[in-house]
Amino acid sequence: MEAQTLYEKLWSSHVVHQEADGTALIYIDRHLVHEVTSPQAFEGLKLAGRKPWRVSSIVATADHNTPTDHWDQGIQDPVSRQQVETLDANIREVGSLAYFPFKDERQGIVHVIGPENGATLPGMTVVCGDSHTSTHGAFGCLAHGIGTSEVEHVLATQCLLQKKSKTMLIKVDGELGRGVTAKDIVLAIIGRIGTAGGTGYAVEFGGSAIRALSMEGRMTICNMAIEAGARAGMVGVDETTIAYLKGKPFAPAGEHWDKAVAYWRTLKSDEGARFDKVVELDAAAIQPQVTWGTSPEMVVTVNDRVPDPAQQSDPVRREGMERALKYMGLEANTPMTDIRVDQVFIGSCTNSRIEDLREAAAVAKGRKKADNVRRVLVVPGSGLVKRQAEAEGLHEVFLAAGFEWREPGCSMCLAMNADRLEPGERCASTSNRNFEGRQGAGGRTHLVSPAMAAAAAVAGHFVDVRTLG
Amino acid sequence: MNPFTVLDGLVAPLDRANVDTDAIIPKQFLKSIKRSGFGPNAFDEWRYLDVGQPGQDNSKRPLNPDFVLNQPRYQGAQILLTRDNFGCGSSREHAPWALEDYGFRVLIGPSFADIFFNNSFKNGLLPIQLGADEVDELFRQCAANEAYRLKVDLAAQTITRPDGKVIAFDIDAFRKECLLNGWDDIGLTLRHADKIRAFEAQRRAEHPYYFA
Repeated sequence: MEAQTLYEKLWSSHVVHQEADGTALIYIDRHLVHEVTSPQAFEGLKLAGRKPWRVSSIVATADHNTPTDHWDQGIQDPVSRQQVETLDANIREVGSLAYFPFKDERQGIVHVIGPENGATLPGMTVVCGDSHTSTHGAFGCLAHGIGTSEVEHVLATQCLLQKKSKTMLIKVDGELGRGVTAKDIVLAIIGRIGTAGGTGYAVEFGGSAIRALSMEGRMTICNMAIEAGARAGMVGVDETTIAYLKGKPFAPAGEHWDKAVAYWRTLKSDEGARFDKVVELDAAAIQPQVTWGTSPEMVVTVNDRVPDPAQQSDPVRREGMERALKYMGLEANTPMTDIRVDQVFIGSCTNSRIEDLREAAAVAKGRKKADNVRRVLVVPGSGLVKRQAEAEGLHEVFLAAGFEWREPGCSMCLAMNADRLEPGERCASTSNRNFEGRQGAGGRTHLVSPAMAAAAAVAGHFVDVRTLG
Repeated sequence: MNPFTVLDGLVAPLDRANVDTDAIIPKQFLKSIKRSGFGPNAFDEWRYLDVGQPGQDNSKRPLNPDFVLNQPRYQGAQILLTRDNFGCGSSREHAPWALEDYGFRVLIGPSFADIFFNNSFKNGLLPIQLGADEVDELFRQCAANEAYRLKVDLAAQTITRPDGKVIAFDIDAFRKECLLNGWDDIGLTLRHADKIRAFEAQRRAEHPYYFA
């Protein structure tokens, strides 16, 4: 048989039906649901008199709107509260495999709770009404974000209409330098191929530097595949994947575990499999990254300067750069390390897992938040991450440094709750999008790794974390 | 969904690349549990001078005179010219809901982000991908001519310019059929319910651990 890519294996094992033009019905194994993109879907289902096809595929949580402090006071914003209560009511009515509502001890960001509960398994198709569903591809599954109409479609039919994507291999070989993390790898990738570089592709991340990453690191990389335009990012299954899943609540056990593992070990691209496109990066050459503009592709290393639009020959790009600099309140050619920050956000589905918090704490330990930094938010990805961090004493490190230790949720990644930037405020953020207004109207976001965010918090400006010692 | 057949509509240009769905509809409006009513908040941060909140009377808010869609000549536009990677970022379907509610039925650009592209078709909004040179020319003509209109014929897969030039465009046959007829995807898929059940039964037998 011809050598196959991981994507081709995942695709062909889920095709239920195919139209003449190649549009296929793909079976969906896991449907993750949150409060923002599901209410209209549940309503549509009800209005059409339809029932969910298989409720045991549903894992749900409330994360986007939930506050990260004063949980005893509930959700203050009535519009946010209504959305969360609508999810409560919908799940109560239709059922689910698992529901982690607001304040539940396992509540958290949907892309954190799926994997940590073993609800995301290799070989699955995983969808969610959220673009960062690509995160789950770290487990060797086909995972991508969908719109609300598609949420309704999956609820009603357990399938999705899809066309097969082209395949891209992004190969990162070599050893990462000290202080350089998965976040820096993926920002460097986006800097290289651009925010539309992956459009139309399913991207597999491979190479020795990816293999060497923990599952947390792989999730960070796959999470931001969408920021490179690719709906799905993925990493082949190996012993790291299998070790992570063993003993997780919804992972198989006993005889089923052995059977599953035997299958999962086949979930990697075959030797000699052909990709439509291959991009190669040298891990050793990757430096700590900081974005300077309003698109994740507007990224440089921390020791670079803010780029100069005058050097850009393409007029649409030049105008985009000028607009970004104006919005960001930056002058061309300013050293990145001269840029001072007002807030720091450590959290989001990109970087809120235990390893991310450990990296941030290692930098914060024995140091203090700089005086010019108004606030440092540390928001764990889930209740389980929070408890693990507290068991390790990480919260004490953060509190001693003058950081705030919050309850889990999406928080200031998209600022749907009360955590946000004020107009003109500048933030070092471990999240995934530096779009205009993303973290609050008029807010200015610079994307960095957890270690670099903690370093900016203690220095008061961007600084190469490797120089902190 | 409303069928889409032929549209002869006024064109508005949005001359910037990487327009993300946060810009098309900011997050505070995502708290709604409805599908409609997002039009007045489309491009909210660019369109108004104040910070928008859900439930406001938008007709009383100060408009940003520098934002292109606020110019009198583009009022009533149904076709939006865009640049590369339009609709990138969040998967929020509120973005096509907002564009459709604003009055757009066709988007023309050199490239669209995948999830946004999919979501558009589910809402009777037709995104058309053309070569960068074709799009450049449309931007030029639109700027040079007041009341610039294009005729979009989905069945024929053509755009006709006022100067008579006809531009062909590609679209997946299945999507075209759905849009022309205004078909509901779910209804179509459920015609294959037996196939889905059979597939599911086989998968359950081979991989029981996915059905815990």
